[in-house]
Amino acid sequence: MRRIKELVIEKTLFSSALVTILVTLGIILVLSVEAINFFREVSIVDFFTDTQWTPLFTEKHFGILPLLSGTLLTSFIAILFAVPVGLSISIYISEYAPRSFRKTIKPALELLAAVPSVVYGFFALTVVTPFLQNFIPGLSGFNSLSAGLVMGIMIIPFISSLSEDALHAVPNSLREAAYGMGSTRLQNAFRVMVPAASSGIIVSIILAISRAIGETMIVAIAAGQQPRLTLDPTVPVETITAYIVQVSLGDVQHGSLEYRTIFAAGITLFAFTFILNTVSYRIRKKFREKYE
Amino acid sequence: MMDQAFQFWGIACTLLGLVLLAIFIGSIIVDGIQRIDWDFISNLPSRKADRAGIYTALMGSVWVLVLTTIIALPIGIAAAIYLEEYSKKDKFASILEVNISNLAGVPSIIYGLLGLEIFVRILQMGSSVLAGSFTLALLILPIVIVSTREALKAVPQSLRDASFALGASKWQTVSQQLLPASFGGILTGIILALSRAVGETAPLIVIGALAYVPFAPTNPMDDFSVLPIQIFNWISRPQHGFEVNAAAAIIILLLITFIMNGIAVYFRNKWQKKFK
Amino acid sequence: MERSDTIIEKNTKKKNMIEAQDVKVHYDDFMAIKGIDMKIKANKVTAFIGPSGCGKSTFLRLFNRMNDYVDGFRMEGEISIHGENIYTKKVNVEQLRKEVGMVFQKPNPFPKSIFENVAYGLKIQGIKDKKFLQEKVESSLKQVALWDEVKDDLNKSALALSGGQQQRLCIARTLAVEPTVILMDEPTSALDPISTAKIEELIYELKDKYTIVIVTHNMQQASRVSDYTAFFYLGELIEYDKTKKIFTNPEKKQTENYITGRFG
Repeated sequence: MRRIKELVIEKTLFSSALVTILVTLGIILVLSVEAINFFREVSIVDFFTDTQWTPLFTEKHFGILPLLSGTLLTSFIAILFAVPVGLSISIYISEYAPRSFRKTIKPALELLAAVPSVVYGFFALTVVTPFLQNFIPGLSGFNSLSAGLVMGIMIIPFISSLSEDALHAVPNSLREAAYGMGSTRLQNAFRVMVPAASSGIIVSIILAISRAIGETMIVAIAAGQQPRLTLDPTVPVETITAYIVQVSLGDVQHGSLEYRTIFAAGITLFAFTFILNTVSYRIRKKFREKYE
Repeated sequence: MMDQAFQFWGIACTLLGLVLLAIFIGSIIVDGIQRIDWDFISNLPSRKADRAGIYTALMGSVWVLVLTTIIALPIGIAAAIYLEEYSKKDKFASILEVNISNLAGVPSIIYGLLGLEIFVRILQMGSSVLAGSFTLALLILPIVIVSTREALKAVPQSLRDASFALGASKWQTVSQQLLPASFGGILTGIILALSRAVGETAPLIVIGALAYVPFAPTNPMDDFSVLPIQIFNWISRPQHGFEVNAAAAIIILLLITFIMNGIAVYFRNKWQKKFK
Repeated sequence: MERSDTIIEKNTKKKNMIEAQDVKVHYDDFMAIKGIDMKIKANKVTAFIGPSGCGKSTFLRLFNRMNDYVDGFRMEGEISIHGENIYTKKVNVEQLRKEVGMVFQKPNPFPKSIFENVAYGLKIQGIKDKKFLQEKVESSLKQVALWDEVKDDLNKSALALSGGQQQRLCIARTLAVEPTVILMDEPTSALDPISTAKIEELIYELKDKYTIVIVTHNMQQASRVSDYTAFFYLGELIEYDKTKKIFTNPEKKQTENYITGRFG
């Protein structure tokens, strides 16, 4: 009797764990089905090569490149800003700062990641853009520079926290060996510690990239709604995520081609982040084996 | 010399983000603090900026938070218990783990697309509070699972040994020893997950949460809005009055977010002391 | 207390409580126990001694099937308690553990009150009668000579007790479910000498009603406390005899070397 009860409980718990698999299958299914329907009407070649994205205009183009460039441009700016800053923070905390500093500063930095992205979007639009317009006269009201920089601020903790954990995990003996040979803290940090923690640091950067690519509100508010294939950070662009929001706010008919475009865009986004996340998981596992 | 230079650089970088955040928040407070009064909180949205309030959005956020918790908490904790206490460490278990790690990294807007097809359309919940809550519940599920697992891992093995040695079954050990012992950690996890959920905008926009809702929800099938969407809506309006409204609403949203985070950190510290 | 499905008959005159026949234990590819035969006598204290890693704890844990939880564990051979093979499918493991109790090396009281700790083993059997629980808690705490020290505040957290008190609490907790056999895995190695002495005294008193098997690193303890001693080395049983004989006139050279401290 007791045994049956225990079995029922175990099966119930198991099915809860199974829900996670169902979620992944659901995501893949939903995106694929609608994307396949989309590609019945739009050729895949066009999708990947057309340089215009105008599904809502009368003359329709379905090239993903403009949205992709918007996504990648904003993310690139974010990473360009966040990696040096985040890495420097992690090295400083790990190799220079006193123990007590680490305890207070880490939660404070986590705060940066806790701020809702819609708030960051507001900052980008109303504070950063006007400020930058003082130095860059041609800067448009919507642009990828402000959005990218603010995204960069948001993802600093992703890089700094995880890199610092990676540096912290390197055995102290390495540190002592370096100092024992007379190296300065700087030399130890860059010649010994960073290479030793490199996989952990790379993982943190990959995760930050993934986060930046998937970000929606900052770019929806501050980067613009004009799909444009460009590398110019001062003009409006549109990211994949901002496009999905734009359509969702509008009156697009369910089942129409325009409706399906958000899934085609979505599956492209999902493919990118899925690959990034899988790669980072593999590296993380290998890294754990190294130091355990 | 270079050493010193880097030390300055390191401190500068560390403070940079925080200083910028302080500047941002400062400017928002300057912008919006005047606007906050009881009317602002209790008014319905309006075409006139000075008459518009956050009441419906705030109520929507509360409804969504409560329903999301009811949905995500049992499933998340149950899944974590299974993975941590019951599952053998075999191939299938590692598949489950990779999968959860992956779900944690999926952009939140994708959950919106999932929710749109499954909850809004196929299950015909419409763009309701229920659909929004289910969508967010799936979004925060990985967070709840991971933090509950961490909390269970922190309970020493000796406790399980003692319980089993007295003839307790696995479930008795879990329910009478492990869950009470890990309660603080689990609580921390759920509060952090919810503080993330309260700020989510994109997935709810995708499932059709409206920007202009003239009434607070009265049942789970009602249309709804949430505070971040109200903020987004006001940001998109050209009139300066709405920018002030947005700033004021942001102050309230940040207050809620930081208080929740603060409570979570407080519980985490209290709970970690238990096992020292 | 209903005991319709007990595994071990009480009140028999059988002299051997536990019997092991050609027992082998593997953890994945590693062979931890290499074929041991042994008969443990009822109502006596038997000590397992030997250097670290020789398998004595592993062997002890076979008697209450605590090894079942370890990944890769595999057992061959037979272990019977009062003639009943305890590794068959029909044996209820939870019932077995009520009859074969265990005390661990590091005291591990639950983070609950003193009362809750001792009552836990009874509550999980479904016993709810408050009066019964209170009587049981009192008698168990008296058996371990802890009652006078804690009777004024049974609701105090068990973690507030000293190490020695905690270990006695753990023994009381085990006694509350009325086992027949008590297994002790280095019960005093984490305690100070005074607490150790108290617990050794307790073991001596408990021997009348229970069969006790104790793993110990401390040879003086083994010679003080036990009636029989088994010397293990690298997964094999080297010698097993009356304690007096093992410590004054062992048969095997290896035993003698270990006893006299030449290794281990």
